Amino acid sequence: MSEELVKLEGICKHFGSVVAVDNVNLSVGKGEFLVLLGSSGSGKTTILSMMGGFTVPTSGKVLIDGIDVTDTPATNRPTVTVFQDYALFPHMSVLENVGFGLAMRKIPKAERIKRANESLETVGLKGFGKRRIRQLSGGQRQRVALARAIAVKPAVLLLDEPLGALDLKIRKQMQEELVHLQKNLNATFVHVTHDQEEAMSIADNIALINHGRIEDYGPPERIYLRPNTLFTANFMGESNTFEAEVTKCESGRIDVETQFGKHNLPGEYAPGTKLHVVLRPEQIKLTADDIPGQAISLGAAKTIEIVFQGTHKLCYARCGQALEQTFLLRVEPNNTIQEGDMLSMFADDRDIILLQE
Amino acid sequence: MTAWFRNLPYYSYLALALVFIYLPVVILVIFSFQDGLLPVPPFNGPSLQWYAKMMENERLIDSLFNSITVALASSLVTTILGFLAAYGLAKRRPRFAGVFQFILMAPLTVSYLIIGIGLLIALDIMGISKSLFAVGIGHVVINLPLCFAIVYSQFGEHMKSIDAAARDLGASDFQTLVRVIAPIMKPSLFAAFCLSATLSWDEFIIAFLLSRFEVTLPVIIFEMLRAGLTPEVNAAGTVVFAISFTVVGIAAMVIILGARKQNE
Repeated sequence: MSEELVKLEGICKHFGSVVAVDNVNLSVGKGEFLVLLGSSGSGKTTILSMMGGFTVPTSGKVLIDGIDVTDTPATNRPTVTVFQDYALFPHMSVLENVGFGLAMRKIPKAERIKRANESLETVGLKGFGKRRIRQLSGGQRQRVALARAIAVKPAVLLLDEPLGALDLKIRKQMQEELVHLQKNLNATFVHVTHDQEEAMSIADNIALINHGRIEDYGPPERIYLRPNTLFTANFMGESNTFEAEVTKCESGRIDVETQFGKHNLPGEYAPGTKLHVVLRPEQIKLTADDIPGQAISLGAAKTIEIVFQGTHKLCYARCGQALEQTFLLRVEPNNTIQEGDMLSMFADDRDIILLQE
Repeated sequence: MTAWFRNLPYYSYLALALVFIYLPVVILVIFSFQDGLLPVPPFNGPSLQWYAKMMENERLIDSLFNSITVALASSLVTTILGFLAAYGLAKRRPRFAGVFQFILMAPLTVSYLIIGIGLLIALDIMGISKSLFAVGIGHVVINLPLCFAIVYSQFGEHMKSIDAAARDLGASDFQTLVRVIAPIMKPSLFAAFCLSATLSWDEFIIAFLLSRFEVTLPVIIFEMLRAGLTPEVNAAGTVVFAISFTVVGIAAMVIILGARKQNE
């Protein structure tokens, strides 16, 4: 990672008896796009709020550029937050909104207007300066909020679910634009979201927050393909999970006993260890030929339900002696599979995720 | 036709309610145009003679300007205090916000007579003599709960993030208040000001108890009434009513237009 810009050292936040954030250590590099991902109530927004100076941690430190800003209010921090509801000033024009931070920094009017216009141009709103806020669409308001924040050239831009209120199409578009903006400005962004797809498509690194702690941290690929915990595996997308017990361990491979047979997988766990086996729906194939590496047979399953989704078909299948284990698969959209059909399931042994209980 | 017929009970009820509320005022206004010495039927006129007489009544005209001064000054103070109280309570959400709200609103339930007597004693102890200034203080006391309530009701969750955003961009407390919060709250501040001004304009008991040489219009009208019933009292009353009605009308328009603007 490049030069460290933001550092959280063991921060905790208690609201009465509720522990919202519990001993979080986190650092954000200069030019990094970090996403704090978590469900509502996980504490992700509180962490962002402590970076921004709106919430004072119960304990721990916040450092920005090596300076302890734990007790510095938002006004004096080199951070700017883009709020979930945009918090635009309805009584000002778009240009006045964007120039507000500059005006507060006592920048002369001519320069202020020039820089505000540049900022508007950066977010694709050239020529919108004279409009009133109420004349703008949701997506445009979002851009004005962004322009207002980047106009003051903050060291860190904090984004609190900024895309939550937008409809899907504009949200996807804004995700791309956020990434382009961040790379072009070489800025540091910390973005809060509950949407794991959004997180994966924009982040350099994801910090997955659960119950006020960092459950998992790393680049999106690692978090998705090699989750560290069962929570991460389940949160980051659909997955198939079943239990296994190690029976033998030998030279980097283990034998496991599952409810549908014995398998030999890569891994090192002591015999007797209980494991969760996790597989993504798209990693299960219907023939061994589709697998480049060493194929593991997961046995046969009965198709219960098929849902067509455009790019693929979701297929729910059950196996096991009493059909007690449900599997979720993704098959090609032109596959003619029917409900009630029997399937054979295969997986590449390198794709299989093993997680200790 | 059938729809109209079906709605007849509602229209009748509405008409009755309006008659109940406005009949006394209408009668007062009609007899201010009486051509005669007594504001009682039969109505002779119309005539503007009592308005002319009223204009020559120097004491009455003086009191009219006193009333205007007290109304404007006390409402300005009340609106500022109410705004600051509402802002502080909405923004900080102190632990006992509900208690503070109750304490601020409770004077609404106390009779003006009791507040007036209390003020009389309190101002005497503080060495402030009976005067228009004292009346102004009294009107701040009685109107503050309402001003606070009007402004407080307009502080939504979004105002919290707007406040945070202004500070985040480098605005000081004062800059946030003057350049962001107050301009956004302008419609409700204006409404609070207008309502406070009309209540002060109409107020009699406190003005009566706390004034001495210079008095407000309602006090003069009361004095005139004690001297005897003349259409001049009706004329003065009509002026009081017309001004209140206009100010409240303007305030209502501003609130309605403001709400429409926000919903756009």
